[in-house]
Amino acid sequence: MKFEAVIGLEIHTQLATESKIFSGAATRYGAEANTQACLVDLGYPGVLPVLNREAVLMAIRFGLATHCRIAERSVFARKNYFYPDLPKGYQISQYELPVVHGGYIDILCEDAVKRIGITRAHLEEDAGKSLHEDFQGMSGIDLNRAGTPLLEIVSEPDMRSAAEAGAYMRTIHTLVRYLGISDGNMQEGSYRCDANVSIRPRGATELGTRTELKNLNSFRFVEKAIEIEIDRQIDVVQSGGTVVQETRLYDSDRDETRSMRGKEEAEDYRYFPDPDLLPVMIDSALVEEQRAALPELPAEKRERFMSEYGLSAYDADILTASRALADYYEDCVGHSRAKPKLAANWVIGDLTAALNRAGLEIGESRVGAAELATLLERIDSGTISGKIAKDVFEAVWNGEGGVDEIIERRGLEQISDSASLEALVDEVVAANPAQVQQYRDGKTQVLGFFVGQVMKASQGRANPRQVNEILRAKLGG
Amino acid sequence: MKHCLERIGRFDGALNAFVSVTEDRALAQAAEADRRIAAGDATTLTGVPIAHKDIFCTAGVRTSCGSRMLDNFIAPYDATVVERLDAAGAIMLGKTNMDEFAMGSSNETSFYGAVLNPWDHDTVPGGSSGGSAAAVAARLVPGATGTDTGGSIRQPAALSGITGLKPTYGRVSRYGMIAFASSLDQAGTLTRTAEDAALLLEAMAGFDSRDSTSLDEPVPAYSQAIEEPLEALTIGVPENFFDEGLDAGNAAAVTAALGELQKHGATLKRIRLDNVHLSVPAYYVVAPAEASSNLSRFDGVRYGYRSPEAMNDDLNAFYKRNRGEGFGAEVRRRILIGAWVLSTGYYDAYYLKAQKVRQLISSDFARAFDEVDIVAGPTTPTPAFGLGQKTGDPVQMYLNDIYTIGANLAGLPAMSVPCGFSGGLPVGLQLIGPHLSEARLLQTAHHFQRATDWHARVPPGYD
Repeated sequence: MKFEAVIGLEIHTQLATESKIFSGAATRYGAEANTQACLVDLGYPGVLPVLNREAVLMAIRFGLATHCRIAERSVFARKNYFYPDLPKGYQISQYELPVVHGGYIDILCEDAVKRIGITRAHLEEDAGKSLHEDFQGMSGIDLNRAGTPLLEIVSEPDMRSAAEAGAYMRTIHTLVRYLGISDGNMQEGSYRCDANVSIRPRGATELGTRTELKNLNSFRFVEKAIEIEIDRQIDVVQSGGTVVQETRLYDSDRDETRSMRGKEEAEDYRYFPDPDLLPVMIDSALVEEQRAALPELPAEKRERFMSEYGLSAYDADILTASRALADYYEDCVGHSRAKPKLAANWVIGDLTAALNRAGLEIGESRVGAAELATLLERIDSGTISGKIAKDVFEAVWNGEGGVDEIIERRGLEQISDSASLEALVDEVVAANPAQVQQYRDGKTQVLGFFVGQVMKASQGRANPRQVNEILRAKLGG
Repeated sequence: MKHCLERIGRFDGALNAFVSVTEDRALAQAAEADRRIAAGDATTLTGVPIAHKDIFCTAGVRTSCGSRMLDNFIAPYDATVVERLDAAGAIMLGKTNMDEFAMGSSNETSFYGAVLNPWDHDTVPGGSSGGSAAAVAARLVPGATGTDTGGSIRQPAALSGITGLKPTYGRVSRYGMIAFASSLDQAGTLTRTAEDAALLLEAMAGFDSRDSTSLDEPVPAYSQAIEEPLEALTIGVPENFFDEGLDAGNAAAVTAALGELQKHGATLKRIRLDNVHLSVPAYYVVAPAEASSNLSRFDGVRYGYRSPEAMNDDLNAFYKRNRGEGFGAEVRRRILIGAWVLSTGYYDAYYLKAQKVRQLISSDFARAFDEVDIVAGPTTPTPAFGLGQKTGDPVQMYLNDIYTIGANLAGLPAMSVPCGFSGGLPVGLQLIGPHLSEARLLQTAHHFQRATDWHARVPPGYD
């Protein structure tokens, strides 16, 4: 029997607000334990939550970007459970009436566009962290993260493979960073997801029993964990068993998923509307104000890069993967008369490679967009060759100066005057009579040898096109 | 102030109205009051001694909420109510006894023991603000704060022969007031007179950005408003408040009081509040539901009671031990009820249905206020009952609040005003008004108190 997988994701993205969702404490990552938790975050007796308006605006922007309906009235609810890193004994979340619902986003997977439904996205507060090391058998609690605003984005079960799930997660990741509502930093836990996975015979319309994979915090882990879980479920069914509804944990070290708790052990969270918070009322004026403030979204930008700059879908996709990279590219193109395609090759190739080697983000690039634009112009005008340009780029990256300064200081300008080139060619021809004879006997492929020798003699500065022409003329004679 | 401290020293050993007496803080505040008076920038409340129910957080002072759970809890901040009364120059003498987490109608669920009713030491002062009521009734302090979730200001005020005011839900900030049932809780006053209540409310009320449910409405000058001549009021008298459950002495005193109001030009109009008999069951779903969640934070992890043995437990046993030992029986009962009515499979049948009943009760009042200016009737079915008399029967205890709970469910302002005696024990007249009609209620009570002297009676032995 052939099986197909059915996958839905719940993505938790931390919103980039200055302060927490229900208190004035800061949300910066990495502060000393419990220094960014005020009495509200600590769940002291008598304190009350006050909603951070900015978090709501961010949720609205997300909703608009994913074609969701924005709820005129949404309600915060309490999710009740006991855990030491949950100070109040309940998490403030949204249950029956989320802030946005009923939208979709298009993803690109294996050259095909697929539409993934977004069931809902709701606002909630994060919990703190339990620390189980360094406390002599006891546990420590760090409540800095408690009360950090999260947007939980729930998809429809529209994905059919691990690759689609990965593509969806990347697409949403790109989007939230475009919208400026999240830094999407996965190492710091700002972007993570749970995956609901089930299988069914291909062609079936009913859903199989699903398992939930918890806390997947990298694109690779999402794809890995889902692949493994699909295989496991198929094995279970093929060996005559049935999949049981449960929560499973992905172990990246052993590359397996294991059961965390079954359906019977699932907690009853006793959700009810939080009486400390009023319903969130959003009028159309506010929605329109937020719509007007939306930036160009990744899909729109990709289309525009293809039509405006004549880029391939592949190049456009890479260049629009982050707003900062796209901005850099456009900055570079805007400063230069060189062809946009040349700029795309450099940004995707040498620049990205240099950034990766140094472990830097595009915003931290040691070669600015204007400087790269100068370099491209020098290539385009023939001042330097593409090969020399790589050395110049390297020098600028290492802080040795500007593009023109380095070209001049090192005397890298391309030799294009015919007299100088002819002199160089004559020297090389004179020094290699045997090869000259070979060429004249019909072994024309030795031309490459001569070109190489001339380039070497000119320290790479000779204009290769001209060298070719001159060589052909001289050797042919 | 020294006079008050002296009376507390003399009487409170027996009454048990105070959980903490904060003499040092009081002396410091008194010195500051003297300085302000000397400097000529004193206000109406400068130097006025008051007590706070031990449910309000007070910086540097134990805030126990009447519970073993918070017996060791020193609040790190002041509640808005405390902050505002401090700013107005009032002097805090101490924190008053109360039913544990405000759950009770007799003050007998307190970890610190029962409070005695100054009118009769064998009876209860009512609850949950029993300490505040007894302290004011015994003239240990001229005024005190309280909180009212289902009658916890009005019922003890009635049983102790003083004036109690529960404002409109949201009129006074709940910030720093330890939550029992967030959608019902409201801070108010226990004083001898409506005039004093007006002065305290003026200082306490108003919008607070730290409480999302506080009302952003201007605060009237209540103390001036009450002096206005009483307009010709139409007073609605709910027939079903005078049913067979009402003590004959209470009925007579309340009827006489209504007659007194007629003399002041009021027209009495019989009305029905059809769903009021559902208020107690609805309340005992909504309030425990919210309480079960509000009290989850008391787990012994960050503050509060932690059993000496708890450190050897696994996590679940740790919670059970701390909460099992830290909370008293009534609190545990309500947490269980609350968790039950919110669970999957019961939520619709209990919690949602109770919310619907709450809507019906609000509508009953709204309809009544289309025809009448205020609603008046008894505060409680009986005068003060004996210590221990109802502790074995929670339902009998709960029925004490049958006339008061409606105002909480509908979020309306309500008062209890002394209006006579039954069997030698005080009886309260309840006045309920539409949203934000505190000025009208206080004015009515003030004019009633000008014409009567029930509020001026002092319990024997306390004059």
